[in-house]
Amino acid sequence: MKTRPRGQKAGRTMHAGPFTYVVLALFTAVSLAPLIWTAVAASRTSGRLAQTPPPLWFGGNLFKNLERAWTEASLGDAMLNTTIVAGSITIGTVLFSTVAGFAFAKLKFRFSGALLLLTIGTMMVPPQLSVVPLYLWVADLQWTNQLQAVILPTFVSAFGVFFMRQYLLQALPGELIEAARMDGASSLRIIWHVVFPAARPAMAVLGLLTFVMAWNDFLWPIIALNQSNPTVQVALNSLGTGYIPDRAVIMAGALLGTLPLLLAFVLFGKQIVSGIMQGAVKG
Amino acid sequence: MSDTAEYAETAPPGKGDAAPAATGGKASRTPSPWRSRLYRWDIKASPYVFVAPFFLFFGAFGLFPLLYTGWASLHRLELTNLDDSTWLGLDNYTNLLQSEYFWNALGNTFTIGVISTVPQLAVALGIAHLLNYKLRGSMLWRVAMLAPYATSVASASLVFTLLFAWDGGMVNWLIGSVGFDPVNWRESSWGSQFAVSSIVIWRWTGYNALIYLAAMQAVPHDLYESAALDGASRWQQFRHVTIPMLRPTILFTVVVSTIGATQLFGEPLLFGGTAGSKGGADHQFQTLGLYLYDQGWINGHLGRASAVAWLMLVILLLIAAVNMLIARRLRKDR
Repeated sequence: MKTRPRGQKAGRTMHAGPFTYVVLALFTAVSLAPLIWTAVAASRTSGRLAQTPPPLWFGGNLFKNLERAWTEASLGDAMLNTTIVAGSITIGTVLFSTVAGFAFAKLKFRFSGALLLLTIGTMMVPPQLSVVPLYLWVADLQWTNQLQAVILPTFVSAFGVFFMRQYLLQALPGELIEAARMDGASSLRIIWHVVFPAARPAMAVLGLLTFVMAWNDFLWPIIALNQSNPTVQVALNSLGTGYIPDRAVIMAGALLGTLPLLLAFVLFGKQIVSGIMQGAVKG
Repeated sequence: MSDTAEYAETAPPGKGDAAPAATGGKASRTPSPWRSRLYRWDIKASPYVFVAPFFLFFGAFGLFPLLYTGWASLHRLELTNLDDSTWLGLDNYTNLLQSEYFWNALGNTFTIGVISTVPQLAVALGIAHLLNYKLRGSMLWRVAMLAPYATSVASASLVFTLLFAWDGGMVNWLIGSVGFDPVNWRESSWGSQFAVSSIVIWRWTGYNALIYLAAMQAVPHDLYESAALDGASRWQQFRHVTIPMLRPTILFTVVVSTIGATQLFGEPLLFGGTAGSKGGADHQFQTLGLYLYDQGWINGHLGRASAVAWLMLVILLLIAAVNMLIARRLRKDR
């Protein structure tokens, strides 16, 4: 790629015409319609949802359906569980990724190149390849149905390490570490007083991405947990496989399971978007 | 000795005689020998300490299971009796390769993968192009496009199952109102595969559009200017400047989506309802991921499931190799 002067914003700055807005509005509608319709369906009765034409506007049953999903499908417990699971995974991933990413970005040590390559290489290994042994392990430790069975296997993330490394390569000036070293700061002090402050924006973004991923994780939780102590996804799975054959309640469950993330999107949408775009260019 | 060179960048005070010039100014402080030894140890060991937690977890829950799956795939290992395993050699693999359901799942994974990945990436490219114009409320558009990404596989699949329902489903109502016959989206082979793909397309198009947008914004402006000077239309600029510059990113998304498609699991499982793990009554949308789950946790053959997992890895490696070949070919063509 050609080099260009630093700071100059690259890319096209052509103004969009009305056609662009129309097409984008159309795609936005396609993006949002299923979400909105989930709420519409959740506010109706099961009988109404089986009729043609399908309801296009809200009915009066939303709270009744939400309540049934909350209690009968134990979505309430599930949401508490998922908050604990996703919260722990997020903390673990952000913390360990930052520290390891710092080491890979700024410290020189033997085998660092090979270790980094190993980290990146395994990002491509599908999770299916580890579920059988993990299951045997969890069964052996009698962790079936316990949250640590879901938390520990995803407690660290190769993507996270790589993401933080790429960020810290540029965001953390070497002189800053050097200066701290001159003052006799130990590595731990440097992590706390230099690395964490410099990494904070990326830590926030990685935290958001990790939380979304952990909240939505599906394959391993439905193997490791069952309906007696579910995450949201496990509870939704049993809803969908006929645990409660009421369509409106199922939609209320789907709505509940997505609501916290949609809320996060309303609050932090900008950070999530820029995080994905950042990870993409560097990844 | 190479140590000296390696650590020169962050040479600490009291590194000893190795770099007296660099640390001369600070030497007057003369740290105690004990402290300086501790310090040296800190410098040497801390990188390993920093990467250790990641590699410990990673080894325990990522790498070790990977190898163990290989071992399990060579054994008879049943869900009902986890402590008992008998050596089978390659029997699990030969059985799989003779099973019509394995080949059916492989075929379904391929077709669903193609009909979900190709439109998804093509549309994402178009949307990214539009988002790359100077827009009012550009961030709002991006966030709205990304909203499906926040929806879990489970939620999205439940909603789409209802949208594609035979009775009262939105899709059948819509195609009925334009005069077509309703489609049985769950029983028919192509219909169900299309429905499952639509869930994938819906969830990931916006995400991929953002990735393309990021790459487009890194394309140097002057390339477009000189193209415009040469009289290239907007479409020609898109075709001859944007697409070639985006080639690495497109390849990246193709690889990532292919990996995702190979592992497709939650969407068909939930779309199938009670017959979920079978992928419909006739296995018409059973993917490899579903087949693995069905073999392992519904039928209880964990050894066989492990063999499926390893075959999936082999398929992924093959795809990666093909991708690399294509990429090299494309580079030569330019």
